[in-house]
Amino acid sequence: MTAETGIGARVKRKEDQRFLTGTGRYVDDLPLARATYAYFLRSPHAHAKIKSIDVSAAKSMPGVVEIFTGKDIADAKVGGLICGWVVKDKHGEPHKSPPHPVMALDTVRYVGDTVAMVVANSHDEAKDAAEAIHVDYDVKPANVDLARAFDKGVPEVHAAEAPGNLIYDWEIGVKADVEAAFAKAAHVTKMDIVNNRLIPNAMEPRAAAAEYDKGTGNYTLWSTSQNPHVLRLILSAFVLGIPEHKLRVIAPDVGGGFGSKIFCYNEETMVCWASSRVGRPIKWTAERAESFMTDAHGRDHVTHAELALDKDHKFLALKVETIANMGAYLSTFSTAVPTYLYATLLAGQYTTPLIYANVKAALTHTAPVDAYRGAGRPEATFVIETIVSKAAAELKVDTAELRRKNFIPTEAFPYQTPVALQYDSGNYPPIIDEAIKIADYKGFEGRRAEAKSRGKLRGIGFSSYIEACGLGPSRVIGQLGGGVGQWESAQIKFNPTGNVQVLTGAHSHGQSHETTFAQLVSDKLGIPIETVEVVHGDTATTPFGMGSYGSRSLAVGGSAIMKAADKIIAKGKKIAAHLMEASVADVVFENGNFKVAGTDKNVPLGAAVFAAYVPHNYPLEELEPGMDENAFYDPSNFVYPAGTQICEVEIDPDTGVVEVVNHTAVDDFGNIINPMVVEGQVHGGIVQGVGQALLENAVYDKETGQLLSGSYMDYTMPRADDVPSFKLGNKITPCPHNPLGVKGCGEAGAIAAPAAVMNAVHDALAPLGVTHVPMPATPLSVWQTIQGAQRKAAE
Amino acid sequence: MYDFAYHRPKSVADAVALLKGKEEARPMSGGMTLIPTLKQRLARPSDIVDLGAIKELAGIKVEGNNVVIGGMTKHGDVATSADVKANIPALASLAGHIGDPAVRNRGTMGGSVANNDPAADYPAAVVALNATITTNTGKHTADDFFKGLFETALSEGELITSISFPKVEKAAYIKFPNPASRYAMVGVFVAKTAGGVRVAVTGAGPCVFRVKAMEDALAKNFTSAAIKDIKVPADDLNSDIHGSAEYRAHLVGVMARRAVDAANK
Ligand SMILES: Cc1cc2nc3c(=O)[nH]c(=O)nc-3n(C[C@H](O)[C@H](O)[C@H](O)COP(=O)(O)OP(=O)(O)OC[C@H]3O[C@@H](n4cnc5c(N)ncnc54)[C@H](O)[C@@H]3O)c2cc1C
Repeated sequence: MTAETGIGARVKRKEDQRFLTGTGRYVDDLPLARATYAYFLRSPHAHAKIKSIDVSAAKSMPGVVEIFTGKDIADAKVGGLICGWVVKDKHGEPHKSPPHPVMALDTVRYVGDTVAMVVANSHDEAKDAAEAIHVDYDVKPANVDLARAFDKGVPEVHAAEAPGNLIYDWEIGVKADVEAAFAKAAHVTKMDIVNNRLIPNAMEPRAAAAEYDKGTGNYTLWSTSQNPHVLRLILSAFVLGIPEHKLRVIAPDVGGGFGSKIFCYNEETMVCWASSRVGRPIKWTAERAESFMTDAHGRDHVTHAELALDKDHKFLALKVETIANMGAYLSTFSTAVPTYLYATLLAGQYTTPLIYANVKAALTHTAPVDAYRGAGRPEATFVIETIVSKAAAELKVDTAELRRKNFIPTEAFPYQTPVALQYDSGNYPPIIDEAIKIADYKGFEGRRAEAKSRGKLRGIGFSSYIEACGLGPSRVIGQLGGGVGQWESAQIKFNPTGNVQVLTGAHSHGQSHETTFAQLVSDKLGIPIETVEVVHGDTATTPFGMGSYGSRSLAVGGSAIMKAADKIIAKGKKIAAHLMEASVADVVFENGNFKVAGTDKNVPLGAAVFAAYVPHNYPLEELEPGMDENAFYDPSNFVYPAGTQICEVEIDPDTGVVEVVNHTAVDDFGNIINPMVVEGQVHGGIVQGVGQALLENAVYDKETGQLLSGSYMDYTMPRADDVPSFKLGNKITPCPHNPLGVKGCGEAGAIAAPAAVMNAVHDALAPLGVTHVPMPATPLSVWQTIQGAQRKAAE
Repeated sequence: MYDFAYHRPKSVADAVALLKGKEEARPMSGGMTLIPTLKQRLARPSDIVDLGAIKELAGIKVEGNNVVIGGMTKHGDVATSADVKANIPALASLAGHIGDPAVRNRGTMGGSVANNDPAADYPAAVVALNATITTNTGKHTADDFFKGLFETALSEGELITSISFPKVEKAAYIKFPNPASRYAMVGVFVAKTAGGVRVAVTGAGPCVFRVKAMEDALAKNFTSAAIKDIKVPADDLNSDIHGSAEYRAHLVGVMARRAVDAANK
């Protein structure tokens, strides 16, 4: 019954019907009677003291309902926004924790910082009134340059709470041991790199709407959130003080997040808070320019790395020093990204026995930086995979061979790395072999020669990534300073007529849960997929859950669903045993039917469900009626997807334009539920990775602190014609510790691709004497690099 | 956007009358530039005079040695016009690479030329082909029309009604798109007509400009080799996060040579 829709089938996405016909329901679509509209006045300066704010003229503008400033919030004793992950520095001290007011009180710290909230009868009236607010700023010097953040005399973002702009100075590994290994090395490869800052650009901008019910005292907040329960928890426990049971958070259809919608933001907080003061619902949707300015940005590292190798080219040790940008305030999970999600990944796929990493987190007068698709793992992969390729180039050995020589051997799993993680499973050599086959690595030199005859420089680049995802064992997260559990919840709720609602604490904002999770349940319970409805995103209907990020939904949320399904089957067996007058021990469940082995007795699941709701012939003495089971699943380890990507580029030396002409990705995601959905995730991820490598760059003006790449006129989003058709492959080693044997696939593409692309660029330009091209390798940056190499050659 | 009064006249005369009588009236053709400007509150016109219903402004005709294109003619119509393709294929190809399909189905030649965005494509064609711009009050030569950054010879209330392009012997436009916006970062239009050889550059400077040294060299020898050593000074060129002035100056040379090669194909 379920072969075409069960585990492993390419079931078309159920949600596409409404998304592609314009019938999705997003926050902005909500019809709310008597709604008002919020508009936020934002700082035009990167750093300034607010001397005064005069709202008097604005208040009397047509349609204005109310105007709030930072002072109103402070007077109402609203808490600040929180950073939910305590990272302890190398002396064991918790990170510096500067205040993050919901609206600026007396200082603005980046262009886009919130200064006032206007609530009016329409969006345009709110905007008109915002223009009439007079703010007297005393403009101060600002610093947006990460590399200079700790220099003497550089403007401080929070001088009192974080002197010298330092949030923490953190380390992992034993420095002396690593230094000793370097002293014995036959070869050392060194590298200075910048991991460019990115702006997430979800298709749907952030939005919030809130309604306060005076009669019950209940608040409802609709938000573009990836994790509505966590948002409610933060707002309740730390910021607004509305008791959790009096606040309902709904994240309806959400048009992409990529991490940027995990966090608790000012605007949704304000909209919720103000809804009771205004006494009417409030709606807010970010304009695209606001999204550019104020969505938490991603990446933004400056790194020096060194790799030590012995005479046989085995890796001896890796040393990494990174400065990570936090922006002007600490966003919800910002502190964890460049530490526990970054440095713990620095072993990659290799047996490097000694690793030391030092990470300093810096404040700058820029938008907050937090998790963005891959969160720390793309940055780690970029360090490892570019330095390994650089070492291969320096040693003049084959780049694939050097990788293979240092891979963790298949028989060594579970494998304890020197940087805390224990990889549960993996089998790397077949992955790279398959990638080499698909990419026709052997034929590359022929293609390079052919390209040369057309005046093009062709290069090839590898990236063999590992990631830890499926966040995560709560105990480990707690030990590392994380403020929340990381289990997931599920509820399988049958209706008397036999169809079923699957409620999940995960949230789908592009990941296809409504399809994939339905496949799981349909396959496991042997019921038609059309009878399964996946429900998510509403704290009032779904069990408390942690939401979707870190490629965790299937590995953790899917596992919870499996556990709940097991409970359904166990209960069904008891009912069926009663109906068949058999012993429970003799009842088996097969293809949706309870049977007594060796007889033709048979009770379909639907019949057991009906009996549970209409218990006229039912063992009521021993068994509760109803068929509704809950499960919580806390994983015993992270999952460790791994893979190899091979990218081929052609560069036009006259213009510096880099074209990706071939891109291969072979992944081990464990068992695969819906190959089409997985391929979609990989495609999107690779495009984001190619975007980071060649196109995207968030640039602030060093003098003024203005965001120069603040619109699509200047921020280069990847387009379909920027990438070729991808060639994908799979090698499966099932995850040994979750019931589905699955790993995560949501971030892999973005994690691996930047290094593959940049290694290909370096390979293409190597004949010109180029050893480093800054990322992104835009036409300008490639052309300038070529010019520099030519000048050097001429000297 | 701010409030404004909206008008949709049926004739050029009515449009001109509406523009004259108002405090700060603006004509609108495709709105592809004007509407984003309004939405960003960068302009506050009292009146918008939509030229979309004026039949006499749209359409393409061949008149003797010229192709005459109405001000309201959409980029998409220029790109697919058999007359343009037969007589000035480079112009059809240029129009086919402006923006995306939605922009090409709304944006117009008159709007683009009147706007004179330094990164717009059409100005390079108008100058390289030595086109004549006709307005409700008279005619402008291409060389006198583009005055500077977003500045033209149009006076208050003056409307572009059509632009007349001579047929070409050889011509090509090669554009190096800005990676983000895909407007021209450097676009070079090279044309050989009965009137001689012209090379016009858009995107690189504050306003479209000609490269006389290249024109002279190509007049003698219309090959890319003839201009390979001609450099454009970087001094007055644009510089931004996508291209320094030096890079743009370099690209002018590369795009010009590629345009000559394409024209010779
Ligand atoms: C996403 C996007 C991408 C684009 N990419 C490109 C590109 O690659 N290359 C390129 O060249 N352009 C590009 N454009 C601009 C596009 O070509 C516009 O259509 C054009 O610049 C303006 O034409 P319009 O008809 O829309 O003019 P409008 O927006 O209606 O008007 C523009 C200005 O001209 C004035 N005006 C309009 N018509 C007349 C007239 N007949 N006489 C006098 N004044 C008039 C208006 O008052 C206004 O000031 C792009 C635009 C968008 C939105």
